[in-house]
Amino acid sequence: MITEKTITDLIYREADLLDTMQWQAWLDLFHPEARYWMPLEWQQQDPVLQPSLMYEDLLLLKVRVERLTGERTFSQKPKSRCHHLLQAPQIVACDTAAGVFKARTSYIYTETRGDMLERYSGWASHDFVEVGDALKIKLKRVDLVNFDAPFGNIQLFM
Amino acid sequence: MREARDAMTKYGRKAHAITALVREAEVHRDVYVDPEIFELEMEHLFPNSWVYVGHASQLSKPGDFITANIGRQPVLASRHTDGSIHVFYNRCPHKGVKIASEPCGNTGKFFRCPYHAWSFKTDGSLLAIPLKKGYEGTGFGDTQANGGLSKVKNVVIYRDFIFARLNDNGVSFEDYFGESLSTIDNMADRSPEGKLAVMATPIRYMHTCNWKMLVENQTDTCHPMVAHESSAGTAVKVWKREQGDSTETPMAVQLYGPFMSPYEFYEQSGIRIWPNGHGHTGVANSIHSNYSDVTGYLDQMVAAYGETRAHEILGEVRHNTVYFPNIMVKGAVQILRNFIPIAVDKTLVESWVYRLVGAPDKLYERALMYNRFINAPTSIVGHDDMEMYERAQEGLKSNGNQWVNLRRLYESNEEQDVTAVINGTSERQMRNQFHAWAKFMTMDMDKHAEAAE
Ligand code: FES
Ligand SMILES: [Fe+2]
Repeated sequence: MITEKTITDLIYREADLLDTMQWQAWLDLFHPEARYWMPLEWQQQDPVLQPSLMYEDLLLLKVRVERLTGERTFSQKPKSRCHHLLQAPQIVACDTAAGVFKARTSYIYTETRGDMLERYSGWASHDFVEVGDALKIKLKRVDLVNFDAPFGNIQLFM
Repeated sequence: MREARDAMTKYGRKAHAITALVREAEVHRDVYVDPEIFELEMEHLFPNSWVYVGHASQLSKPGDFITANIGRQPVLASRHTDGSIHVFYNRCPHKGVKIASEPCGNTGKFFRCPYHAWSFKTDGSLLAIPLKKGYEGTGFGDTQANGGLSKVKNVVIYRDFIFARLNDNGVSFEDYFGESLSTIDNMADRSPEGKLAVMATPIRYMHTCNWKMLVENQTDTCHPMVAHESSAGTAVKVWKREQGDSTETPMAVQLYGPFMSPYEFYEQSGIRIWPNGHGHTGVANSIHSNYSDVTGYLDQMVAAYGETRAHEILGEVRHNTVYFPNIMVKGAVQILRNFIPIAVDKTLVESWVYRLVGAPDKLYERALMYNRFINAPTSIVGHDDMEMYERAQEGLKSNGNQWVNLRRLYESNEEQDVTAVINGTSERQMRNQFHAWAKFMTMDMDKHAEAAE
């Protein structure tokens, strides 16, 4: 039985897996057809014919995860670390009959590498699907409050 | 005062000291790390060069405007009521307030300064000043302010690409770019209507390195298989493992894969250099050669241009074309990267995608995908490159060796300012850029004043 708590627990768990760099366990949260999307426009609707910072399927997320630990990944020497500070997720939909599960979470994200520390603010919107009796992430959308600013390297996952 | 300043500095208006930084196949590290050199680039190099401002499709209606920087100087381009395009210095003639602060917009019939409401027609001329009486008999008519927004006189719009040269005197647009314009032609010709359109904002990416490192990297064909092994190499490896029975290579893998091409590939594909620091990689073929066909596109092109010409246009798949000083154009994927200097060790990169007017959506989709894969702050290929630039910016501070080596495939007595096609792993385009750099840095310096010192 999927409850609102199932959704919030999963969102907290996702952040925790990222913060503790358990990349494979993080990937396992996603549905095979999932997408990770970082729009480049305010309330953007189209990820394909409008520019985005990221719009990636599981194959590309696997490439990223594998790259992070590569022997010749020089931009990870030294390694980056991250921290998610989440507000309580807002449940947008939790409808077992219709199979619709959505939440929106406001958060502050920190990424560090060596002496550098960068901080970002935004919202994550999660769409989940029920697989077996658990939820998988179908879409994770990250809207930064300053999506249009020029950032330096963002190497981990928000 | 300026003389006093120059006398105290290492390089200020000292043409000989500046040209001495560029040897036949080496450059002194000061070109990347010395703040004084950066100031001189802003004062001389950028105003002497033809610099990209924007695209006419961003100014489709009267009153439309865009803002940009030429070197560090803010400019503003507008579409006037009669359809003409004008470029101004983006500052109010009254007290210097920026007239437009957004990247783009529509100002209506006139610009109105937000500070004291002086207003200007979209051709820059002064329209009205509140309490105009207060200027009667003050000599205002003789001031520069009376002329309205200061205009950049040398503006050329070539196939909708707006270029400007700030200095009144200098090399003409035609002489400056010459045959290099063929890359812009090819990009526009790839539209069945011969037209490009900017549809959205660029991807912006802040780099903590000197702007020239980025420009040089565009024709550095000996780095992808090394620096991008981590990104492109991993993409190829993961796809091999995960592809299963799938016979169709995903668009993403088609875009990443060619970065891992071996040295031999880049050697045979060639580099073409042109006078004034322009040049391109991918003469015979390029990393963009083998993307899968997009249904219906070839038919559209043949209908528009005829069989022979259509194949000629699509057969030209140049890799990166550097337009000196600070843009790179990729005709085959409709991308322009603008390397905007902010400080000696800070560069803003804006990567624009153009839509081929009348062509299938799939081509625009591919161009957008390429842009976010390669040119975004979230791009793993970008991470590889930025790491190298940052390490260079740091490493060059050491005094052990003060020269950067550009000697790969150097031939003694290399001719300057020529057109030539050479081995694709040559560093000659970088030498070509630095020859142009020394030329455009010093061409407006007073050589007599220097001799008299
Ligand atoms: S500064 Fe523009 S009107 Fe005064
Ligand atoms: Fe690169």
